[in-house]
Amino acid sequence: MLKSMKWLAMPLMATSVALFAQNAAAAEVTGAGATFPAPIYAKWADAYNKATGNKINYQSIGSGGGIKQINAKTVDFGASDMPLTPEELEKNGLMQFPAVIGGEVLAINLPGIKSAELRLTPAVLADIYLGKITKWNDKAIADLNPKLALPDHAIAVVRRADGSGTTFIFTNYLSKVSPEWKQKVGEGTAVQWPVGLGGKGNEGVSAFVQRIPGAIGYIEYAYALENKMPYALLQNAEGNYPMPNDTSFKAAAAYANWTKSAFYEILTNEPGKDSWPITGATFILMHKVQDKPAQAAEVLKFYDWSYKNGAKMAQDLVYVPLPDSLVKLIHGAWGNIKDTAGKPVFTAGK
Amino acid sequence: MNAITDTTTVRSFKFGDRLFFNVARAAAVLTLLLLVAIIASLVYGSWPSIKQFGFGFLVSGEWNPPQDRFGALIPVYGTLATSVVALCIAVPVSFGIALFLTELSPPWLRRPLGTAIELLAAIPSIVYGMWGLLYFSPLFAEYVQPALAATLGKVPLIGSLFDGPPLGIGILAAGIILAIMIIPFIASVMRDVFAVTPAMLKESAYGVGGTTWEVVWNVVLPYTKVGVVGGIMLGLGRALGETMAVTFLIGNMNFFNGFSLFLPGNSIASALANEFAEAESELYTSSLIELGLILFVITFIVLSLSKLLLLRLSRQEGTKT
Repeated sequence: MLKSMKWLAMPLMATSVALFAQNAAAAEVTGAGATFPAPIYAKWADAYNKATGNKINYQSIGSGGGIKQINAKTVDFGASDMPLTPEELEKNGLMQFPAVIGGEVLAINLPGIKSAELRLTPAVLADIYLGKITKWNDKAIADLNPKLALPDHAIAVVRRADGSGTTFIFTNYLSKVSPEWKQKVGEGTAVQWPVGLGGKGNEGVSAFVQRIPGAIGYIEYAYALENKMPYALLQNAEGNYPMPNDTSFKAAAAYANWTKSAFYEILTNEPGKDSWPITGATFILMHKVQDKPAQAAEVLKFYDWSYKNGAKMAQDLVYVPLPDSLVKLIHGAWGNIKDTAGKPVFTAGK
Repeated sequence: MNAITDTTTVRSFKFGDRLFFNVARAAAVLTLLLLVAIIASLVYGSWPSIKQFGFGFLVSGEWNPPQDRFGALIPVYGTLATSVVALCIAVPVSFGIALFLTELSPPWLRRPLGTAIELLAAIPSIVYGMWGLLYFSPLFAEYVQPALAATLGKVPLIGSLFDGPPLGIGILAAGIILAIMIIPFIASVMRDVFAVTPAMLKESAYGVGGTTWEVVWNVVLPYTKVGVVGGIMLGLGRALGETMAVTFLIGNMNFFNGFSLFLPGNSIASALANEFAEAESELYTSSLIELGLILFVITFIVLSLSKLLLLRLSRQEGTKT
């Protein structure tokens, strides 16, 4: 009898010892969510680990998964490419802050037409994705590009097949610029596309666009750059045709009215003559009241460190670091993350 | 003394038997319980969607996440269409392979050829998907689709199935990749059952002057039909549930534009793989789970039909003799 008790007790003791050991080592936090920022989070986590010895474990399971996981409190922070509305945040006791900015471009495959030569207006782009403009030499496109010899070729519309934050930003943009799009299709991580081929992931869309003559597809800028894919210029809210790059993404971020409410800000169709029209930030989600304040403080410490030291790393991976003014606002918002006694878990700049 | 040892051995034998019986029964019951648990959780998970859409879910062609309106018609159609295309190609080809390997091939070639075909079954489906997208689909769009449109596309009735722009992506492309994936399953089952046909039956048929075709069609096939149908059903089961390879090639279009096989569509498994991770609203998630339930039911129906078919076949046999 005693003997069997002992056998039972041994593994129990071993587990509790292991648990205690883990608690003592502490600084290991877990996050999950959006795939778009996963490469930069991994790079920051690696550098942070080397600098401080603390571990950040990030699982890129998709924005929807990130939101579900943080609501279930199985992770210390969630990540989403789609900001939650202030009402949704309130309902689940969450707060959010942006982590990094990126842009989307329209990659094209038109023989004889080089990158940044073709110009499109928001209205024409919406009509292409609505299936109303079906040929590249359509008058609406030709009028915008009098110097280009546009082929009499069908437009092959390409878009994401999987639910994704990239699609959310793109459809949000089309909803802002086209009332018809807003009414017929709307915005979301997946929508009912009237036309087009669905590729899986950025790589799927890139593969389709590169392969099918006459194709057009939205992809993250970093992808277009890596694969040297030609892209179209897009008219912004003030009628200019900026080049998609750090400067124009940053310009869009600078014009955004971040103070408005809970960082619910989608950077599409922002004003400013240099602003790239399809820009978006990716967000971190955390609970406002923390059962485990030490863990929450570690998360904030990590992002504080990354804002300070991670700009170069972000640029290397073609993300745009947040402007300083925005980082200050975020530092302020962190004051809302409190432990159960109502004390802020972390104060930036200490 | 002897008697005592005897009874103990008997008893321990009995105990061993009972233990074995119970373990085996537990394994069988566990499988059944798992099946019930899966059905129960699928129904539970899809309840919000069943409540909201009812029967309309099955006949609605709408899949509109922003407005929370969902219907299963397009993914169901895509699943069935790709599987039918796959079977139309895979069954004759597999039959040819099995026939060649058992009747026509020189003996030294049988083993390496058979192994090579079985190796096809070991390739992970994602590899088929990527190969299909990057290598097969461009060639398919450039050479095969225009040729199909120019020949079969001109035939009345079935012509409209081969209509439209040659994109290399769509229901036909996905069906062909599926066919390649299920050929090894069907072919190896057919080969194995063909091989067990008693030599005496075949020799007698050859003896009365039958050609190879006559022998296979009139002797081997009737003798092995249960195994052949089983092999086809195994392939169909795999085709219905295949996910990754189809996702890459079907075009993932939740909008019905016509019956042409050149057009992109969507399949149940592919819709689940693509959309589950990012589905936010409760109704969206439960609609996806209901799609999973429908796939489960389709597979169940297919299996039942094949059992019925086999029953009918054996009954016919009874009347003949």
